[in-house]
Amino acid sequence: METAVKLTKLAKCAGCGAKVGAGTLVKMLEGFQTHYDPRLIVGYDKSDDASVYVLDKDTALVQTTDFFPPIVDDPFLYGQIAAANALSDIYSMGGEPKLALNILCIPEDMEQTAVQEILRGGYSKVYETGAIITGGHTIHGAEPIYGLAVSGFVPPDRVLTNSNARPGDVLILTKPLGIGILTTAAKAELVETSVLERIYRQMTTLNKAARDIMVRFSVHSCTDITGFGLLGHSFEMAQGSGCSIHLQADRIPFHPECYELAEMGFIPAGAYRNREYAASGVKVLGDVSRAMLDICYDPQTSGGLLIALPKEEADACLAELNAQSTLTCGLPVAAADGLPAAAIIGYVTEPQEAALFLQK
Amino acid sequence: MKNTIKQLDARGLSCPEPVIMIRKAMMSQEKTYEMVVDNPVSRENVTRYAQHQGYLVTVKEQEGEYVLTMTKSAL
Repeated sequence: METAVKLTKLAKCAGCGAKVGAGTLVKMLEGFQTHYDPRLIVGYDKSDDASVYVLDKDTALVQTTDFFPPIVDDPFLYGQIAAANALSDIYSMGGEPKLALNILCIPEDMEQTAVQEILRGGYSKVYETGAIITGGHTIHGAEPIYGLAVSGFVPPDRVLTNSNARPGDVLILTKPLGIGILTTAAKAELVETSVLERIYRQMTTLNKAARDIMVRFSVHSCTDITGFGLLGHSFEMAQGSGCSIHLQADRIPFHPECYELAEMGFIPAGAYRNREYAASGVKVLGDVSRAMLDICYDPQTSGGLLIALPKEEADACLAELNAQSTLTCGLPVAAADGLPAAAIIGYVTEPQEAALFLQK
Repeated sequence: MKNTIKQLDARGLSCPEPVIMIRKAMMSQEKTYEMVVDNPVSRENVTRYAQHQGYLVTVKEQEGEYVLTMTKSAL
């Protein structure tokens, strides 16, 4: 639906581009006393996607929250994207979402139908996962905000953290990059409708199918690629795992239309924050273009999973991922059309002089 | 190509607005544009746009603001 005032005009930053930079977060949390509980196996000291608390030998509770201002003008679509993005953190830990709470902020003069559409979008995605919305909290504010607090479950011995990649692993990325650049250029009306429809489909695609496939393989580590961009999240994985990650620029899937838009400077502020955070740990080898580097730092909204698993299993896992019609852009023939699909984008080694290498 | 300097003020604007501003301005094909921006993101993005259009960019920083001079050599 169309609203009288364009939703994205009410927001200063688009989607996960509004995320506070990783460097700023680290500083904000500096000096805070970390309370220890032996059952808390993933806490905020780990910079992971969600916290994990062991309930008994078979069950651990996974909790996360995520919300952001409108990234699209259609309120239903915005609700869907915000919900898919929030639910993703549970999937990236290897878990399954069960309960969700709405987090909503609306300007006082916002039309009631638009508010209902945002919530309806969120409900549609939560129910698609098999979880239920049990309540929430709504306040008034200048900028609309929507998201979820989600609880899910995972067997304690099947928790997938972002800090357990091992030398010999390869890395699979399940959704192509370029969302931040394309949504920024969309504000200048430089993105064709067919491309916008493709990225909307991608952002509303749950990481559920990817999670359901990956848990059948010997995955060592996983994270979702969101606000910190591919290089920011890979940097966290490399640092947390005590390994070096090597990304191969030519293999990284991205929406082809975002390349020239990156060259034209339609780069969200979040990409520069991500660069500031990770650049000291990233070594670029060979002739990687400035636009490609910008794409690798581009903040993603409801991005894909970055999966580290043994090399021997990677091809089989990738084949299953790309056979899923619900993945990537929601197009079963994405690769056949020359559109980006899930791909093996790099590998993990023992620690070397840089945490992260981006090579041609 | 016109042999004038077009002055633009993008202070107070956040991206992508300064890029949209320079894009519109460059449609008039001046030889030189001068734009003042007040944040590094706009400096980087406007530089990228101008270079993409074949302009040579020099940046001067003064008191937290950036003056970008973008020149195209006459062909």
